[in-house]
Amino acid sequence: MAAVEADSPTLLDVRDLRIETSQADPADRSQLVKGVSFTVGRGEVLGLIGESGAGKSTIGLATMAYARPGTPISDGEVILDGDNVLDMAPVAVRRLRGQRVAYVAQSAAASFNPALRLGEQIVEPAVIHDVSSAEEGRALAGELYHRLGLPDPDRFGERYPHQVSGGQLQRAMTVMALVCKPDLIVFDEPTTALDVTTQIEVLAAIKDAISDLDTAALYISHDLAVVAQIADSIMVLRYGETVEYGETGQVLHSPREDYTRALVSVRSIGHPGGAAPIPASAPEPVLLMSGITAGYRRGQTILDDVTVAVPPGRTVAVVGESGSGKSTLARVAMGLLPPWAGELRFDGAALTPHLKRRRREELRTLQMIYQMPDVALNPRQEVKEIIGRPLTRFLGLRGRKRMDRVVELLEHIDLDASFADRLPGELSGGQKQRVCIARALAAEPKLIICDEVTSALDPLVADGILELLLRLQREDDLSYLFITHDLATVKVIADDVVVMYQGKVVCQGPRAEVMSPPHDAYTDLLLKSVPEMKLGWLEDVLEGRRMEAAGN
Amino acid sequence: MTRRYPVSVWIGAVIVVLFAFLAAFGPWLAPYGEGQIVGDVWEPLFGTYFLGTDNLGRDMLTRMLYGAQTTVGISLAATTVTFLLGSLLGFLAATAGGAIDQLVSRGVDAILAIPPLIFGLVVLSVMPSSIPILIAVMGVLFAAPVFRVARAVAMDITVMEYVEVARLRGEGPFWVMGREILPNALTPLVAEFGLRFSYTMLFLSALSFLGLGVQPPTADWGGIVKENSAALSFGLVAPLIPAAAIAIMTIGVNLVVDWVLNRTSTLRRGS
Repeated sequence: MAAVEADSPTLLDVRDLRIETSQADPADRSQLVKGVSFTVGRGEVLGLIGESGAGKSTIGLATMAYARPGTPISDGEVILDGDNVLDMAPVAVRRLRGQRVAYVAQSAAASFNPALRLGEQIVEPAVIHDVSSAEEGRALAGELYHRLGLPDPDRFGERYPHQVSGGQLQRAMTVMALVCKPDLIVFDEPTTALDVTTQIEVLAAIKDAISDLDTAALYISHDLAVVAQIADSIMVLRYGETVEYGETGQVLHSPREDYTRALVSVRSIGHPGGAAPIPASAPEPVLLMSGITAGYRRGQTILDDVTVAVPPGRTVAVVGESGSGKSTLARVAMGLLPPWAGELRFDGAALTPHLKRRRREELRTLQMIYQMPDVALNPRQEVKEIIGRPLTRFLGLRGRKRMDRVVELLEHIDLDASFADRLPGELSGGQKQRVCIARALAAEPKLIICDEVTSALDPLVADGILELLLRLQREDDLSYLFITHDLATVKVIADDVVVMYQGKVVCQGPRAEVMSPPHDAYTDLLLKSVPEMKLGWLEDVLEGRRMEAAGN
Repeated sequence: MTRRYPVSVWIGAVIVVLFAFLAAFGPWLAPYGEGQIVGDVWEPLFGTYFLGTDNLGRDMLTRMLYGAQTTVGISLAATTVTFLLGSLLGFLAATAGGAIDQLVSRGVDAILAIPPLIFGLVVLSVMPSSIPILIAVMGVLFAAPVFRVARAVAMDITVMEYVEVARLRGEGPFWVMGREILPNALTPLVAEFGLRFSYTMLFLSALSFLGLGVQPPTADWGGIVKENSAALSFGLVAPLIPAAAIAIMTIGVNLVVDWVLNRTSTLRRGS
């Protein structure tokens, strides 16, 4: 693997890093990181990318001489500015952390103490490490609030964590990392938990801040398009090994390895023949939700006069940020949350709003698939029981007939018959989601509501699930109500798109229409915020926004 | 899973299995009859009689073996009642929620507010001290803490989407409780069962010691302590034998339970 030539002097040099689990018997140990080497120059950004379990975070933490309990660093060197941090005494390591190497975690909300003001927490590491006095720290932090575009920057530090949004907290954590003026910052998926519209702001803020302060960074993410905006070079990891390591442009435009090529071309599976043609005479929709107003508590309207129709054999994607009411819409359709006002119709007949009063036939024809397959499958039931139960319940199949149908369904979702005897714990994330799909199919439904079904999966696995859903739609003439925050997924799967914002539908229509200008302001913002797999996309978007702002 | 069991678990398991065996077959193993007077009062250990004789000259080993059956048997029966009642109500409160949850939970709070020993004393001084009544009183008293555990565990499970899927399938409440919740709640409940069993045994022994539990001539460990308590003033060990049996059994059960609890929490952290 050719190392990337650094233009600037080397700051971090990781050589043949190995991390393994710490069982007593060496035969039981499994290697989590299998000899990874890279260098980062001063002021450079290296992107670490890979699926979950690839060892990205483990490597990131190792640069601070930290290993999670039970997974010690077994071999290799981590040389920061000439010192091997793995050989340092505990006292020296404590000085290193926060001062020379800082860490920005994925979930800023879980990393701040809710009982202390943000300002105190942000300045604390600088004071502890004697980098600056509290006053100097506050002054620097104040300057950084400005630079990272935090609201009311002069008084931002007086707020408590719950008084600011998720994206602002993530930026606050970046300020905390920067306040010690570290040589290196490890960003561990800092934008993954954020909405696209927020992600772009945080990304831009991080990029500005590290280039202004000339700090080097490791940027860990599973999303290549995000990493491409910020990293000078990229290392692709899989199963703890380096797959490819090179400059960002090279990795994006001329990947050497098949795995990297697959990552670059992710989400490019096409809807066969584009979107399904719009039928000349509008057929009766499978599901019609008209004028739905609903909420969980009196006076707190989550859905405000929402009308959505799902035509037969088509996919309607509902997109929007978290909190826009997408999932509530699904709960209303499933009968889990009877609406305050509005009407539900299924296949031409009125649909009972209360789950408890729904007839068995109503329950059968409308199925749902969830975001997290881990909690959607009972860990104590074998796959044959999971898929078999709806067969008994809805179709009255038992014994031999039921087992035959289970095997048929397993084959339908590209799993073989041997999976019938497994427990969910013995399946991978993608296989679990497939079993969830089979369970929904077992009821022979007309409509499946898919609630963020691919968001918890690695990109390549998610692609497989989307392909499966598209194939099942063709073969079984299914309709989908597809809830997602990911517009790249929408482009793959949707025939029609509904854009929601704060409980209202802001835009809806066939995909091509919604996705191409002119659109309303919110849809425009949403569309332009989806990272694209090309260099300089972030700058283009920001430039575009600036020009718009000037034009107005 | 290929992990070695720690020594403490082995010790606990051996104690529990041994005592269970003695409880099951005690009357057959015993050399004399339960109430048979065989010698002098308080004969020494390891003489004619292995554990000596008690305050009436009955063989202590025989009394202990019969007592094992009574003590362990009643405790086990009471704990089973406790669990059936507590788990059922706990699962019901967790799945039904709303008014039913409030009603049952507040009722249980009321029971928890009364010290169990006082409650037991009051009830048993009014009612006849028969074995079924003992079991019923302890079963109801200790169902309250079990309800708390069962409800908390079930609460964590009811919010899982697989329970929602079952509801969307139109499954009835007993299917949801029995097939979706119970299998996933079993491990913490088993650990709780062991713990509750210890408490019940201690409680039963205390009641018998106070004269409100198992009535003579039926032997039970708490009762044997009471009958022989006067021996302490003469520096004799007789009352220490049943006391030791109670202590060892309690420790044994706790050693096993600790391990089960520890193991479940490791599993939780691992997943």
